[in-house]
Amino acid sequence: MGETIIEKIIRHNTGKAVKPGDIVTVNVDRVMIHDIFIPFVADKFEEMGFTKLHDPDKVVLIYDHLVPASQQDDTRHFRTGDAFAEKYGLTHVHRSDGICHQLMTEAGYVKPGDIAFGTDSHTTTYGCVGAFSSGIGYTEMASILGTGTMWIKVPETIKVVIDGELPENVMSKDIILRLIGDLRADGATYRALEFAGSTIENMTVASRMTMANMAIEAGAKCALFTPDEKTAEYCEIELNDYQKSLVGDPDATYMRTITYKAEDFVPVMACPSQVDKIRNVSELEGTEIDQVFIGSCTNGRLEDLQAAAEVLEGKKVADFVKLIVTPASRKIYKQAADMGILKTLSEAGAIITHPGCGLCCGRTGGILSDGERVVATNNRNFLGRMGTSKVEIYLASPRTAASCAVAGKIVSPE
Amino acid sequence: MGMTIAEKIIAAAAGVESVKPGDIHTVELDRLMSNDGTTHLTVDMYNNKLKNPHIADTGKLVFIVDHNVPSDCPKTAASQKKMRDFAKANHIDFWEGKGVCHQIMMENYVRPGELIFGADSHTCSYGALGAFGTGVGCTDFLYGMVTGTSWVMVPETVKFNLVGKLPEGVYARDLILTIIGEVGANGCNYQVMEFTGEGAKTLTISDRIALCNMAVEAGAKTGIFEVDDVAMEYLKEHGREPKAVYHSDPDAHYVREYTFDLSKVEPVVAKPDFVDNLAPAKDVRGIKIDEAFLGSCNNGRIEDLRVGAQVIKGKKVSEKVRFLVVPASQTIYRQALEEGLIDIFMDAGAIVMNPNCSVCWGSCQGVIGENEVLISTGTRNFKGRAGHPSSKVYLGSAATVTASAIAGEIALASDV
Amino acid sequence: MDKFTGRVWVLGDDIDTDIIIPTEYLALKTIDDMKQYGFSPLRPELAGQIQKGDIIVAGKNFGCGSSREQAPEIIKAMGVQCVIAKSFARIFFRNSINNGLLLIEQPDLYDDMKEGDEVTVVMNEHVDYNGKEYPIASLPENLMSIIQAGGLVKAMRKLNGLD
Repeated sequence: MGETIIEKIIRHNTGKAVKPGDIVTVNVDRVMIHDIFIPFVADKFEEMGFTKLHDPDKVVLIYDHLVPASQQDDTRHFRTGDAFAEKYGLTHVHRSDGICHQLMTEAGYVKPGDIAFGTDSHTTTYGCVGAFSSGIGYTEMASILGTGTMWIKVPETIKVVIDGELPENVMSKDIILRLIGDLRADGATYRALEFAGSTIENMTVASRMTMANMAIEAGAKCALFTPDEKTAEYCEIELNDYQKSLVGDPDATYMRTITYKAEDFVPVMACPSQVDKIRNVSELEGTEIDQVFIGSCTNGRLEDLQAAAEVLEGKKVADFVKLIVTPASRKIYKQAADMGILKTLSEAGAIITHPGCGLCCGRTGGILSDGERVVATNNRNFLGRMGTSKVEIYLASPRTAASCAVAGKIVSPE
Repeated sequence: MGMTIAEKIIAAAAGVESVKPGDIHTVELDRLMSNDGTTHLTVDMYNNKLKNPHIADTGKLVFIVDHNVPSDCPKTAASQKKMRDFAKANHIDFWEGKGVCHQIMMENYVRPGELIFGADSHTCSYGALGAFGTGVGCTDFLYGMVTGTSWVMVPETVKFNLVGKLPEGVYARDLILTIIGEVGANGCNYQVMEFTGEGAKTLTISDRIALCNMAVEAGAKTGIFEVDDVAMEYLKEHGREPKAVYHSDPDAHYVREYTFDLSKVEPVVAKPDFVDNLAPAKDVRGIKIDEAFLGSCNNGRIEDLRVGAQVIKGKKVSEKVRFLVVPASQTIYRQALEEGLIDIFMDAGAIVMNPNCSVCWGSCQGVIGENEVLISTGTRNFKGRAGHPSSKVYLGSAATVTASAIAGEIALASDV
Repeated sequence: MDKFTGRVWVLGDDIDTDIIIPTEYLALKTIDDMKQYGFSPLRPELAGQIQKGDIIVAGKNFGCGSSREQAPEIIKAMGVQCVIAKSFARIFFRNSINNGLLLIEQPDLYDDMKEGDEVTVVMNEHVDYNGKEYPIASLPENLMSIIQAGGLVKAMRKLNGLD
């Protein structure tokens, strides 16, 4: 009987073949805790009666939501995190290096075939390298810190096959938005997404990351991409036999298979205030905007900044419109600086912030007020996410977002 | 009776031959600058309190969003929107996210001989180019906006005769802190601090801004330098001509005179919670810090970033410290990118932020928490200025701040 | 608590975690500090209206979005006895179980429900409303064991020999 990728990962981890619906306990390879939740994790950990971490090397602590601090109490989270790290011998601490989900694969903490959990819903991102990763709450995180294990229900898998060549103005963001629109916001709840097809094979790891990142917006538990040569290069490893085996078997059981032709994709946006309210950009043209945000763990990578720079080269952001660019990590920021991308963006009028969650997490980085409209490359457009409930958030690809910044209104990307 | 530079600017603005300290004159304003700290209040007054709201000359107005950039909460976003909408509707020069207001003004507007009101206390910076800039409240600003004029009482002038040259590793920042430590935080209340002498000529425009910018910390109405070749060169680079170049007359009256020997200045810090609470930096070594800030209208220029980069190149920020590096304008940011300074700071582990007021004004972008300690190149170290009321702020030069970021405690550049 | 009755507040589909507790308030020190802001983007007055023993009835995908555990915690802190929805988002479901907030899936009740009315829940069997019985499933065993232990913290304390 064939297996899906998630079934293979769980079998490898537990030593037992599994089927959807089985409840199993897995050994966790890596966990990530970010600054917002570290005080709660620390409290629960001690309340549970643990006195040491199961394995400090498996734990990564990342400050990103509150960097730079915008409220007087924010730095308490850093102090709590530092104290926890010191007390329990935690050495993997990133204090201002970028967004947690970017760093987990970029800094090599998660490899193909690993099982990882994080105190953040977008932990699904690491599926871009073929890892099973998912978001959990802080109580569950505290229990993993103590035991090194977690129970899970083996999910059914939805397979998404995309073949062909994408049109030039379409980015992987457009694909995942379309998919979420088709599946709806709860269409993959409790399920694994598995991506395949020539379009996926030709895609960069960064583009896959965008898609894995947003799988949660369709409710998915995880989103998996088969590790390949690009993955190996990105992770700076040679794939072992197990990692190479992480491909869905032809005779595996899928609850559903969805097929797309790459040529059929067009630039799209998620309209306020649901991630699954997808419209073609061409239908929205002319809508006036106040701000554009390019960044986040969804679309703050080098290729995203590069796409924006290509659009903005020699142009100016429209008068009275703000363009905020927040690179996803320190490494990306430096690469973008070296390549002249930041210069181009700054000359066009962009406000380039330090890497972090920025506006996407709604605590600073360009909060808006009543009646304002923003085009953003991040993952959520929920009511009130970037200010008041009267702010309208449109989610789009970096190329579309940059084009809108120049026009001062919604336009199709060049 | 001769006049000082400040008196000559006021006389010209008042359209009179001569003025003397204590006279009250109605003056024509050359320019009015307002930022997002208070513009929304001015706009509210304009819309609600005036019978016939109108603007005397929109060409004189400059609105700059710099205090909360990017905005950190719906309230600041709403204030900025009000400002943006007003600027758009009235065709007012509008800058958002381009840098700290005073730096934007220096790079783009200020001309020698001008009389400029700014709705911000550090408007006194403009004296670096021989202009009379001074901070006003939003009521004064509104009056100026509506009439194009205002009233001023002619201030007395205090002469600061600078001699010698700053030693290597000592900066204009150390000099102005030393001066304020000497004269006191209210030592020049309602007066003009005129910086002159051979030593003044050795200072760059950036240095001069650092001096004039903090004149208000000694209570002064403004600080001012004579326009010389250095100033003319700066203007030429920025494509501007002076409105008028004034020199103080030999027989001008000064209420007091001080002489400072630049070669004797050493690295200093202002300790909490007063700008005149001065100490040699070497005497406060070892005080643990949580955050270090290199930026602000006082010390966020390319020269300051170069100093910081030189200190930190190849070294790392202490794990215990958040080191904020905030260029004062986008122009400076791009220059720093080009010179590789941003790379150096990023490699060292600094937090490089977009140009804005940041923690110098303490409301967002790097605000410090309970009992935390900051060492800063900002303008003020008042109680709670940078965040929580229990927090403490030390002021020092770019070199001292950067060295402290590396050491995790107050340190001199020579220590790291 | 085999059977209980409560007054109902009706919320819609896709009630996300940013609605339940906006990020702006996530770094407040305690759940009690946060709970006044519960549901504020959608219904700012709701947090003040909900009383101990009330029940929330909602549409599909309740709790979608972030992993923030403050979401179930503040609902519980408001005194809500249980949430009955067409479906729940995955992370929210786990977080609720781990904190002892009862969630019940029921596909039809939401469509008939009128805010302010009362419903009676007969655990593992049905919800009674307006003279009609709406069937509900029983919880899987592994989840019941966490709930029976009083949440995951208590279960872990037991593991560590503390309780």
